[in-house]
Amino acid sequence: MDTEHVLESRPVATRVGQESSLLPKFVIEPSRGWGQLNLGELWAHRELVYFLIWRDIKVRYKQTALGASWAVLQPLLTMMIFSVFFGRLAKVPSDGVPYPLFSFVALVPWTFFANALTLSSNSLVHNANLLTKVYFPRLAIPIATVVGGVADFALGFLVMLGLIAWYGIVPTVNVVFLPFLLLLALVTSLGISLWLAAVNVEFRDVRYTIPFLTQFWMFATPIAYPSSLLSEPWRTLYGLNPMVGVVEGFRWALLGVNTAPGPMVAASSVVAIAMLVSGAFYFRRMERTFADVV
Amino acid sequence: MSELAIRADGLGKQYRISHLARGARKSFRESVVDMVSSPVRRVGRMLRREAAVEDETDEILWALHDATFEIKRGEIVGLIGRNGAGKSTLLKVLSRITEPSIGRAEIYGRMGSLLEVGTGFHPELSGRENIFLNGAILGMPKVDIQRKFDEIVAFSEIERFLDTPVKYYSSGMYVRLAFAVAAHLEPEILLVDEVLAVGDAQFQKKCLAKMEDVGHGGRTVIFVSHNLSAVTRICPRVILLDAGRVAADGPASQVVSSYLTGGLGTMAAREWDDIKTAPGKDIVRLRAARIRGRDGQIRDSIDIREGVGIEMEFETLQPGYLLMPHFYLWNEEGVSIMGAIDLDPAWRRKRRPLGRWVTTGWIPPNLLAEGTVFVDIAIIVTEPTIEQVWEPSLIAFHVVGSMDGDTHRGDWAGHCPGTVRPMLDWTTEYSEAESRV
Repeated sequence: MDTEHVLESRPVATRVGQESSLLPKFVIEPSRGWGQLNLGELWAHRELVYFLIWRDIKVRYKQTALGASWAVLQPLLTMMIFSVFFGRLAKVPSDGVPYPLFSFVALVPWTFFANALTLSSNSLVHNANLLTKVYFPRLAIPIATVVGGVADFALGFLVMLGLIAWYGIVPTVNVVFLPFLLLLALVTSLGISLWLAAVNVEFRDVRYTIPFLTQFWMFATPIAYPSSLLSEPWRTLYGLNPMVGVVEGFRWALLGVNTAPGPMVAASSVVAIAMLVSGAFYFRRMERTFADVV
Repeated sequence: MSELAIRADGLGKQYRISHLARGARKSFRESVVDMVSSPVRRVGRMLRREAAVEDETDEILWALHDATFEIKRGEIVGLIGRNGAGKSTLLKVLSRITEPSIGRAEIYGRMGSLLEVGTGFHPELSGRENIFLNGAILGMPKVDIQRKFDEIVAFSEIERFLDTPVKYYSSGMYVRLAFAVAAHLEPEILLVDEVLAVGDAQFQKKCLAKMEDVGHGGRTVIFVSHNLSAVTRICPRVILLDAGRVAADGPASQVVSSYLTGGLGTMAAREWDDIKTAPGKDIVRLRAARIRGRDGQIRDSIDIREGVGIEMEFETLQPGYLLMPHFYLWNEEGVSIMGAIDLDPAWRRKRRPLGRWVTTGWIPPNLLAEGTVFVDIAIIVTEPTIEQVWEPSLIAFHVVGSMDGDTHRGDWAGHCPGTVRPMLDWTTEYSEAESRV
């Protein structure tokens, strides 16, 4: 504080000199190999990330008749279809929980993940006008898209709480782990999204593979069926699909199913973090040519 | 003021143009063959990354080559050059949108770039919301936007529509709002690309004035424009790029006239030998534009007492269209002098066959003021209106005054204001005084 006051009271000429020596300096040159993540710069642009999230949320359901109820309808309708075909007709086991609740608790985080994948893989192409006209850390775009999905998730989550109360189930104390599980879902979504978004800039093929990828991934995740169908050590290995840890963690924390998902969640966390870190580095490496090829 | 704002040292940017991607005039058969073979080739190329460099179908283009210059703090520098000369590439490299392939630049101070008006505007959001969004995208902290909000709104003149989604705005309102946000950016260095080419004349004037303010506020500005008269007026120093290289760097008037004279040694004529590179579109292409004296000679300077012809030579590539060749004149202060439309009854309102045309508009003697006159050449198709050729500041000439006493100025040798110099009919009535003193 004191030094600032001294600076303020100095004659103008000296102050100009002082200021100029404080001007930030940027060096522009071609980069080689794997760059740095430069998270400090991303932090400096956090207001932009905030505005991009705000924009995405604001315009997501513009000009739709049903508006934000789509956020709830997606998992709700899927749950109904699953309940009829898997729950009633195929008699898939559901760890002793009513099947609709069993699948809905998994579908809410799953919908968040699937939407994040779909929206963010196309996010850079969608924001091509920004990439080619303004500089900012490019990571801001997929991050904003993924984080913006949390609003939809929150709506789905409220409906889920209502459904749990309706079935008269009291969540266990394990609900304290929910924020961690949501974080795991975020990290997983972001990790995959960074890979897909970066690849999609050059190869638009990604866009066409997303529907298959999400469908395949959904059946590779215990949403319509419980992971308890598998025995150890296969269940822990199953956790290498990071959404397995998220989904089973949600059921364990909210419905109190006794599946002891600890090892699965641990395996999922390791994979999710590995994907996020590798995705971020890959993204940073590819971003040098984004403006040229998008 | 003598401190450095930008030092560029051998900056270069290369692009690899694939001939496949450029094939605009490919046959259907070729397209089908490409459709089948290109994925195979692409995957193959991906697998052997480094081999791609030798690929015969690729051509390397240096959009920017060995650009070296220094810009001091507070300087306003114009960047001119023909389309494809590397102006936009240089701005993109300096603003860190794209990386250089070679070379290095040092930037001292926060940089703001304005390569387009309304970057990131979302049509569904209101004017108010877009001010914040656009401000954040351009790098303005939220508190700054809040502080300047009223000023921005006042500058944009759209108060009444602040809460209307911008998709209902007229293009003029849209541009005004966008420029109002941009004009309130406060970076130490501002890069501006051709954004003044939009908006109505009144608003352009306001923007030019704002740009000049920005410069006088001690900030460094790099200003790209095709509007040479605006560049000469705003920028004391001009850098000319040609084929990606710095071709000239110096005082504005000097660089601008060397740009206009080009390789031809004259700024009074521009010709295109190859129809493929000639400016224009699918219906009309410009082959040449020339300034001619009454004697038919190409002339750089014209005596104020002489008439001058603005000649445009063009080719019709498709028959059966109504054409409207026209031109605009600007003086070196960036003031529009006049526009003129081809009125020749021979082809007015008549559909034109294929062929080559030479149209000349004759400006009468004693009309244009002394000084440099820049000429924009334009040709549009009418019914429906389609722009075919629009080449700003394509050619120029000097109007030279005379002190012989037979011009508008008579025997007066001092300053004469205004953009026109007509010789008027003067009448005088005299009556003898009734009472003598």
